[in-house]
Amino acid sequence: MGRFWSLLFLTVPIFGVGLFWWAPGAGYWLPKDISEHGHQIDHLWTFILILTGLVFVATEMLLFWFLWRYDATKNADPIKYTHGSHNLEVIWTILPAATLLFIAIYQMNAWADVKINNPGAKGLPTTVEVTGRQFEWRLRYPGKDGKLGTPDDIYHVNDLHIPVNEEILVSLKSSDVLHDFFLPNLRVKQDAVPGMAIPVWFKATETGEFDLVCAELCGWGHYKMKGQLTVQSKQDYEEWLETTFAAQEATK
Amino acid sequence: MSTSVLGSHSHEGDHAHGHHQPLTVGGFLSKYVFSLDHKVIGIQFLFSTLLWFVVGGLLALAVRWQLAWPWSDMPVVGRMLFSAEGGQISPEFYTMLFTMHASVMIFFVIIPILAGAFGNFLIPLMIGADDMAFPVLNMLSYWFMWPAFFCMTASFFVTGGAAAAGWTAYPTLSAVQSAAPGSENGQTLWLIGLIFVGISSMMGSVNYMTTIIQMRAPGMNLFRMPMTIWAMFITAVLQAFALPVLTAALFMQLLDRLLYTGFFIPEGLTVNNVSAGAGGGQVLLWQHLFWFYSHPAVYIMILPAMGMVSDIIACFARKPLFGYKPMVYSISGIAALGFIVWGHHMFMSGMNPYLGMTFMVSTMMIALPSAVKVFNWLGTIWGGKIQFTTPMLFALSFVAMFIIGGLSGIFMAATPVDIFIHDTYFIVAHIHYVLFGGTAFGVFGGIYFWFPKMFGRMMNEFWGKVHFFLSFIFFNGTFYTMHILGAGGFPRRLADPYHYETFKHLQTMNQFITICALGMGAAQLIFAANFIYSLFFGPKCGRNPWHANSLEWMAPSPPGHGNFDVQPIVYRGPYEYGSPEVDSDYYPQTQPPPEGVDPNADHGHGH
Repeated sequence: MGRFWSLLFLTVPIFGVGLFWWAPGAGYWLPKDISEHGHQIDHLWTFILILTGLVFVATEMLLFWFLWRYDATKNADPIKYTHGSHNLEVIWTILPAATLLFIAIYQMNAWADVKINNPGAKGLPTTVEVTGRQFEWRLRYPGKDGKLGTPDDIYHVNDLHIPVNEEILVSLKSSDVLHDFFLPNLRVKQDAVPGMAIPVWFKATETGEFDLVCAELCGWGHYKMKGQLTVQSKQDYEEWLETTFAAQEATK
Repeated sequence: MSTSVLGSHSHEGDHAHGHHQPLTVGGFLSKYVFSLDHKVIGIQFLFSTLLWFVVGGLLALAVRWQLAWPWSDMPVVGRMLFSAEGGQISPEFYTMLFTMHASVMIFFVIIPILAGAFGNFLIPLMIGADDMAFPVLNMLSYWFMWPAFFCMTASFFVTGGAAAAGWTAYPTLSAVQSAAPGSENGQTLWLIGLIFVGISSMMGSVNYMTTIIQMRAPGMNLFRMPMTIWAMFITAVLQAFALPVLTAALFMQLLDRLLYTGFFIPEGLTVNNVSAGAGGGQVLLWQHLFWFYSHPAVYIMILPAMGMVSDIIACFARKPLFGYKPMVYSISGIAALGFIVWGHHMFMSGMNPYLGMTFMVSTMMIALPSAVKVFNWLGTIWGGKIQFTTPMLFALSFVAMFIIGGLSGIFMAATPVDIFIHDTYFIVAHIHYVLFGGTAFGVFGGIYFWFPKMFGRMMNEFWGKVHFFLSFIFFNGTFYTMHILGAGGFPRRLADPYHYETFKHLQTMNQFITICALGMGAAQLIFAANFIYSLFFGPKCGRNPWHANSLEWMAPSPPGHGNFDVQPIVYRGPYEYGSPEVDSDYYPQTQPPPEGVDPNADHGHGH
């Protein structure tokens, strides 16, 4: 039976790699990236996937091989009576330590771009204020004067429009519980926290309609807290703002 | 030692042991219910946690049902449980299901089965003590679980139902009563329940630390302790330092809910059309306090299993553990680093993004001691004579699965990648590889391994292997696939994710996962049958059925009160398999060395 069990452990690296090999072609992979910064994240994902994949295959294959080779019913050799190896310990401590440190440092620029280098600090005005509320996304555009909190603000719900190829600065808030502003196609995710206004910035490079997902449990209706992201040309966007403002004024 | 042990009877070699007459001689209550014997308490923990394992598993299967076939009538039990909805799971019940699944599995199964069941049963036996240092405290640590059991069970029947804010209980959803049905009363019971679990754990950990430091048999110096004991010791230290923070946080949330103290609630909130009170607090404060405990708790939930797996692997590889001291140091390293990585749960929380960078570095580094452990396990089986027994198969699959769970952690530690996979099924896959493929498989291995010591009978090997095979296949079918869901961005905790265009195509894969999960659940019936049958009809075993070295195998199976018939004296470490000093392939810790061999000559560990 030792042979059988060894082979069972061999299926781990085979199926493990096989599934990741098969998935992208079968349509199971990261959703299409339409952001300017997203390729950095996707690149880091692939980088870590390959690196961990190699370690995964190497260790699981070793495990299989040792089980196969040293099966008590087949192995006539005496055991290797040893309590360890100082040299090996040093090697397999220093090598992974260096690799892990490298992986960590390698991430830092991408992280800084997305979460630290806030364009708002360099004077980019807020494009839209997004406020999570059970179970909808309330949107407020600054209107013609470019300032929030003035009479020409444009209010809207769940239907987020942004212009293409422009840096967007969102001010993210919540009026009740935690929510999470998740745009899968833009590789954007940020919790909306009651009591905080958190800046989120990104640039979309393609027009179209995409999902806005709430990714932090916010109550029984969490699953239906669905918004829509419409990326449109500058002109369409301006027109949409005007139509929406007009509709809002008409109901006053 | 002047420990008073209820109902203790004298035995040879008893050392300075207080002899008290039993309160009720041979009474059923004092022997099996309010017992002070660490073995009985351990077995009480074992039975209780296994029963809760069933509950937690059924809750998980209900979650899986909804994700595969949302809003469809649940077969068999649907009409009974959800008659108001005509047999389908309601969205608010769905949030309760995953909240209670995680709460039950973490606080009622994994933590108490490792520390409570195995810690209690094994610590005195493996260090050669006749009981714990504080038997009464030990008994109380079990009975303090019962108010918690009661609170959690009762919470399903109060207005609004059980807690539904996730096992992480993030305010303001959890702290404001109007935020969710489960936050009306269920959350209060959840908090009270957890406070009791905390008290129980604290009593246990104080006891374990004292026992391990004070009550080791002559010759059992620290570096002759089995890895299980090292792991239990480090775990107890982790518990003792991390738990007070959680307890404080739990009380603060309780006060927020009942007295409107507003520790975690900012001013000016209106939740579900009800004012959340004066506020003045910080939502993120809870997350910091909670994870300051709950990240170390992840290690509380794996280190003891790592220890048990090390012992099992060395025994069935018939070879000394590779790198004993590096193993001890890496457990200690994990524990130390475990206190400075909690922020990696909060990369997307709105916490200072610079902190994200430092937590990323510390989190990456904690992968290092885990990697060292994996290499040493591989080193242990290299060049051995491997016996594929059921406990060994589970221990080996611990290693194989822990590799996956460890490596997938690197994705989430990388902050930019975490932006995409945070709160997706990628993390669900990760934690289940660590806690199910890792800990639960380690626990199964431990049960098959120590069952003969606990009950004096063997479990059936054939059915044990069938159980292993099916669990292994279905476990991987269930959880490995979830990595792919995570790559698709599939979020956690959604009752119906398929109305998003982005996730529509993932339903088929979810159906496959649910079928595997049902298979995995069914496979546990084999374990249950084997366990119960073997309790009564398993073949009787001698003291040392596996030819293992550590002290518990020198005691009778099951050990009587006071454990050992003679005072064990320890001559060496527990991993002397295949030693050239003796002819047999094992060399018990208590066996005196042959003539002319210096009993104090230490065998090189890791040099």
